[in-house]
Amino acid sequence: MATFLLRRLALVLPTLFFVSVLVFGLQQLLPGDAALALAGEERDPAVVAFLRQKYHLDDPLPTRYLLWVKGVLAGDLGESIRIKRPVRDLVLEKLPVTAELAALAIVIALSIGLPMGILAAVKNDSAVDYAATMVALWGRSIPNFWLGILLILLFSVEWGLLPASGFVSPAESLSRNLATLIMPAFVLGNAIAAVMMRHTRSAMLEVLSSDYVRTARAKGLSETRVVLHHALRNALVPVITLGALEFGELLSGAVLTEQVFTIPGFGKLIVDAVFNRDYAVVQGVVLCTALAFILLNLFADVAYALVNPRLRG
Amino acid sequence: MTAGIFDTTSTGAGERPWRLALRRLARRRMALVGLAVVVFFIAVAAPLLAPYDPLATDWRAVRKPPSPLHLFGTDELGRDVLARLIWGARSSLMAGLVSVSIAVGVSVPLGLVSGYLSGAVDGLLMRMIDAMLAIPFLILAIPLAAFLGPNLTNAMIAIGIAQTPIFTRLTRGQVLAVKHEDYIEAARAVGNSHRRIVLRHILPNVLAPILVQATLAIAAAIIAEAALSFLGLGQQPPAPSWGSMLNSATHFIAQEPWMAVWPGLAIFSLVLSFNLLGDGLRDALDPRGG
Repeated sequence: MATFLLRRLALVLPTLFFVSVLVFGLQQLLPGDAALALAGEERDPAVVAFLRQKYHLDDPLPTRYLLWVKGVLAGDLGESIRIKRPVRDLVLEKLPVTAELAALAIVIALSIGLPMGILAAVKNDSAVDYAATMVALWGRSIPNFWLGILLILLFSVEWGLLPASGFVSPAESLSRNLATLIMPAFVLGNAIAAVMMRHTRSAMLEVLSSDYVRTARAKGLSETRVVLHHALRNALVPVITLGALEFGELLSGAVLTEQVFTIPGFGKLIVDAVFNRDYAVVQGVVLCTALAFILLNLFADVAYALVNPRLRG
Repeated sequence: MTAGIFDTTSTGAGERPWRLALRRLARRRMALVGLAVVVFFIAVAAPLLAPYDPLATDWRAVRKPPSPLHLFGTDELGRDVLARLIWGARSSLMAGLVSVSIAVGVSVPLGLVSGYLSGAVDGLLMRMIDAMLAIPFLILAIPLAAFLGPNLTNAMIAIGIAQTPIFTRLTRGQVLAVKHEDYIEAARAVGNSHRRIVLRHILPNVLAPILVQATLAIAAAIIAEAALSFLGLGQQPPAPSWGSMLNSATHFIAQEPWMAVWPGLAIFSLVLSFNLLGDGLRDALDPRGG
């Protein structure tokens, strides 16, 4: 197990290096002089010169990269030129909002995707299977920002049941917090549910035809017990590890969903930063999401290896 | 020798693999429906069919609900929504096709080289791909599109770049799966050059899954382009695009809800069609399928 862990960690380091190069390089795509862009409308030569020195803009590219990495490793992600606050604080402030939204979305995705996948596998090639496949296809094809607009139209504009936008922190009022998050969480969860359903269905189909399930049936156990106790437990392993890969999908979706429902999370932070040309914030958000993705997949791989001894080798 | 992936199918009288795949595809009704809708959108995208000029504003007909004169109503500048939908289909389809072509064009050679050479080149390339995969699709595409400058071309480039790692991984995996097959060993044994082995013997045998993935990726790219346009980073006004139509509809959602229905429905049906076509192709090209 130790060698597996070491090998897996050895893969993470070069990946992290390339992520840092990519994130740093993103800013180099910008046309024009960064100091002029930062100096604002007046472009006072003294200010430009100061900024040039402050951000080491006259240094060669590798030096600037190393300085940037040094800062990042010390926890310094730069400062937002718009809000004049450290990027790290902004990220830490917005992170819980998106994390709550994502967690709710996953709960919704699992509670739709798992039962549907199990049913589709148990009733393979039946009308139920066909219907579940259709629902999954719908989940994959509907643009989440449009689904969000339709839900607002129905639940906020027509029926007046839920707030159309905004966010209330759970500390302030849990019920209002849930009321503001339930629609966006459903929009996000809907797409993931389709993927979960497909994974669950194929994993269950494979497990249901295995020897130990046949043995469990031969013992005379009830079908419910065979499916839920013997089959599902083993089918869940690939579903959960594959689910970790959906984290990226979740964050991509959150960008638009937060925009539609005006939720002040990670996604809204990056879109606002892009439009405000607040590059340090853009870099910070991209770097943090990549880091989270790499760590999550590392955990998923380790968890998978823990339950599947054949992979440890 | 170029029939590897189809070798396992018992096709009877030596039918050519692509014809067999087409025949199988033709048996899948939903895939045909998907294909029909895609063709319909391509045909309808012909500007001849648009009832009005999509850019012609009319201040006497601002935000009018659907009527015989304007079947899908008019927008906030009095432009005909149907005409804009028809013209918008062009940018959506183009975004889907061009960005996936960019992704395939860049990543298939990379995947072929990476998978065929293995070793240090492969290790280095795969770590770069891992790094790109670690950044969620839109979180990479949004800054790329914004920093390159918001317009349709740059949005397509951004989406294409963001899709590159998936195709590179897929191609590499397929190459690894076939490169030790007997027919490749045979090609090597008779003295073919590496270049010839890769292009003539490996490439044709890894194309099927890439084609399936490309069809599904077009669906994803169409949604991505609509998303970027929705955020104001894709097709710029006044040129019509489904994403930006949806964005302007959100400002009038309480008064003119129908404005939000049509562009969304258009994106949904085109994406659904490419997904149906992709699923159908996957089944038709699967050597285990009947």
